[in-house]
Amino acid sequence: MTRLFDKTFWGLTIGLVALFALNFLLEEWMRSIGLQSLSRGCVAIGLLVLWRTGLVSFGHALFFGFGAYTVAMLQIIGVNDIILLLIGGCATAGLLALVLGFLLRQYRAIFFALLNMAFSMILYGVLAKVEALGSTDGIGINQVSFFGFVPSDDSYRPTLFIFAVIFAYIAAVGSHWYLKSTLGLMTMAVRENEIRVEYLGYSAEKAIHIKYVLSGVLAGMGGVIMALTIGHVDPDSMVYWTVSGDFVFITILAGTGNVGATFIGALVYELLRTYAFEFAPEIWQLILGGSLLLIIMFLPDGLWSIRSEWRNRRALAAAKSGDAPAGE
Amino acid sequence: MAHVLEVYDLEKNFGGVVAAHNINVTVDEGETIGIIGANGAGKTTFVNMVTGYLPPSGGRIEFLGKSVVGLHPRDVTKRGLCRSFQVPQVFLSESIFDNMLVAYGIAERSGLGLFTPIHTDERAARVDAHLKRYQIEDYRDVAASALPQGVRKLLDIAMATVRNPKLIMLDEPTSGISVEEKFGLMDIIMEALRQEDTTVMFIEHDMEIVERFVDRVWAFYQGEIICDAPTAEAMVDEKVREFVIGQEYHPAHLEGGAHA
Amino acid sequence: MDFELLLVILVDGLVYSSYLFLVAVGLTVIFGVQKVLNVTHGAFYSFGAYLTAYLIGLWINDAEGGAFELLAFSLAVILIGSVFLGIVLGVLIERGLLKFLYTRDEHIVVLATFAGFLVLEDVILLIWGTDPYLAFRPLELMGSSEITGLIFDNYTFTMIGLSFLVAFVLWYGLNRTQFGKVLLAVIFDREVSMAMGINVTKIFLITFMIGTFLGALGGAYHAPIISVQPGIGVEVIVLAFAVVVIGGMGSIPGALIGAIVVGLSRAAAVHLYPELELFVIYAIMALVLIFRPEGLFAPIQARKI
Ligand SMILES: Nc1ncnc2c1ncn2[C@@H]1O[C@H](COP(=O)(O)OP(=O)(O)OP(=O)(O)O)[C@@H](O)[C@H]1O
Ligand SMILES: [Mg+2]
Repeated sequence: MTRLFDKTFWGLTIGLVALFALNFLLEEWMRSIGLQSLSRGCVAIGLLVLWRTGLVSFGHALFFGFGAYTVAMLQIIGVNDIILLLIGGCATAGLLALVLGFLLRQYRAIFFALLNMAFSMILYGVLAKVEALGSTDGIGINQVSFFGFVPSDDSYRPTLFIFAVIFAYIAAVGSHWYLKSTLGLMTMAVRENEIRVEYLGYSAEKAIHIKYVLSGVLAGMGGVIMALTIGHVDPDSMVYWTVSGDFVFITILAGTGNVGATFIGALVYELLRTYAFEFAPEIWQLILGGSLLLIIMFLPDGLWSIRSEWRNRRALAAAKSGDAPAGE
Repeated sequence: MAHVLEVYDLEKNFGGVVAAHNINVTVDEGETIGIIGANGAGKTTFVNMVTGYLPPSGGRIEFLGKSVVGLHPRDVTKRGLCRSFQVPQVFLSESIFDNMLVAYGIAERSGLGLFTPIHTDERAARVDAHLKRYQIEDYRDVAASALPQGVRKLLDIAMATVRNPKLIMLDEPTSGISVEEKFGLMDIIMEALRQEDTTVMFIEHDMEIVERFVDRVWAFYQGEIICDAPTAEAMVDEKVREFVIGQEYHPAHLEGGAHA
Repeated sequence: MDFELLLVILVDGLVYSSYLFLVAVGLTVIFGVQKVLNVTHGAFYSFGAYLTAYLIGLWINDAEGGAFELLAFSLAVILIGSVFLGIVLGVLIERGLLKFLYTRDEHIVVLATFAGFLVLEDVILLIWGTDPYLAFRPLELMGSSEITGLIFDNYTFTMIGLSFLVAFVLWYGLNRTQFGKVLLAVIFDREVSMAMGINVTKIFLITFMIGTFLGALGGAYHAPIISVQPGIGVEVIVLAFAVVVIGGMGSIPGALIGAIVVGLSRAAAVHLYPELELFVIYAIMALVLIFRPEGLFAPIQARKI
């Protein structure tokens, strides 16, 4: 736990290398699935951070959409390099989260979830009407350059994939390290007992605010990747409340035990969606909803809970067999 | 004489309920205060106000000569005035060790230190030493939710002392503990706090505990302090006997005399 | 602003309000008693709409007969269909799903009902397919009236009447009947009511069936006005959320006021600033949450220390 370079870090790094290698083998449709998983995975990491704080947002499509539409707007004014678009998308989403955070940090439970949803639906209502951004039809996203480099048409998607993998890797490792820091551990502390956090000398609201901004930035990043992946942004597939629902779905699917697991969850979700949609278009929502129900019913906190329960029992047994002075 | 805590004309109402009225007290360094009073007398409310959890309706509270009224609990804590709780406030699903680790992490943070890993070997060593002082090191890896009540109470107090406070207010440290274990528990707590050089105030319903550990008693009755006196005196005070401890109670220091 | 426009906004707004109220009231009833924010409610609405549109298409759209008989028959279809759905879906979701989740976190329950919603939406597709259904006959039969040059369907006015009827029946049931008293006790403090010997399990089931019935009724009564097609539930549920949050979750007068506030402001937006149509509803929701997090009419809660 002391070291930064722990199992999760190495797992993520191996994943990074493996994806680089895979990039040469992947067919385009697989790469698309990969890109979308990376995008949604980034958002889900943000939700994981909030979830560990005891908060669920039903409106993170707000920041996702903000990131995606920032790409569109930057392209309109002529900015077309991936790194600038990424910084722009993360910055605007983060800024929005910073501002809204002053309000949202005062809310908990269902109110937090719904207030987020309200804000995301406001953005939806606005985007659906803004002609300059294509209203409900949305607007196309052009191919971008990579640090000034413009790949040939054949190598455009593989290059995009490489960059998306790197961005997601940075997001994942950064979040993982963050979660191990004092500030990161505050997620658990705030969820478990805000009074205690206050009496230890830290502001629970401030801790929530920081996490909220982080989750906003990550969702913005996901939005940027998604915009570049599909080459198109529109309110229905970027900002509508069901989009937020999908993110929460992935968070539950992956469990909140590990940052790396989030990408696996996002991939499973993407595959589920793609295959269900392909082979059983009438019942793909049924399959999605059904699997969500099974997870909620039978794996409440993901596999992690089983592990810690078992650890706990062992420790208690050990404590009892020794002589415990402080009474039962 | 250094006053640690000074309270002047403190008032608190909840709607029509008077939870504090005309409270004027001081605490000197090194003294041990026992707060007694029936259920609902206003003891916890007093602690809540002093530590910034509730705003007083009126009056002044000074800690080390500076007013603490209007501060958040976190700021009061940072100044060196800490408390424990009637119902332990711990991170229930985490182990004792992780509870303490977070407590130390927050207490020792500085600027960007918040972004460094919380678990360092030095910090872990400090946590283990702390657990030893409170004799709960055997439960190091047990989740707080699975702890026996006494251990959880000790953890609550241990977490309140990571900043090495100047003054600590313990809210019923022995509630929910069986009679046989109360004294052992208090011995551990008082010994640990003595090592940390902390001035102690605690709320207690058991008069034998009060007599054994306390220098001075404040007796609360309906939001007012009806007696502020050295323990032996307070135990025979007519008002205290009538409104708080009951006429049947025989103070320990009189017992010998009564039999002679 | 001229008077005619004002009148149109008022009429339009009230019609829309009554629609919103019918949709939201079931949601608030369930939340009030069970503290469950029930996303499947959107599917109850769809079920009601589909069943009604299907049956009216089957029996009434092309039927011969007097207007009065056909209308009475339509009304019977709407009512009986909704009761049927209330019982079947209510039991299914409450006993088959929620029962297992009452001890879980609030937001987990919301997600579970979201999952249930996804499942039910596809069940609807499996039953009725993807083609739209139209149940225009009752609308035609009732005719229309003209107000300041604009044509309004008379059917939509009956919706206003139905809303007030539903509001009154619920109010009466809650405040003037034995069951209502028991319900209020459960709402106020679940644990204490259980200790008093109230069969909370049964109360939950009955409430949920009533809520489901109301959701289905909203869809059923609305079916003749709209084209019943996939996706209607998705839209409705967020609107219902907004109304319920604005009014105060769990409060029936709140749902009424919330519906009127949202309905009128939306009508005003549509006629004055059409580009704000969607925006305005959620902006009000956000504003209310900011200034009164519990909503305009927060139900009283037991003090828990
Ligand atoms: N947050 C609050 N809101 C309203 N009334 C309160 C609140 N906190 C305390 N009270 C009331 O103030 C009075 C004093 O309560 P307090 O908790 O201080 O008593 P206490 O002396 O600590 O009692 P106990 O021995 O039971 O812990 C009681 O009547 C209580 O009901
Ligand atoms: Mg108390």
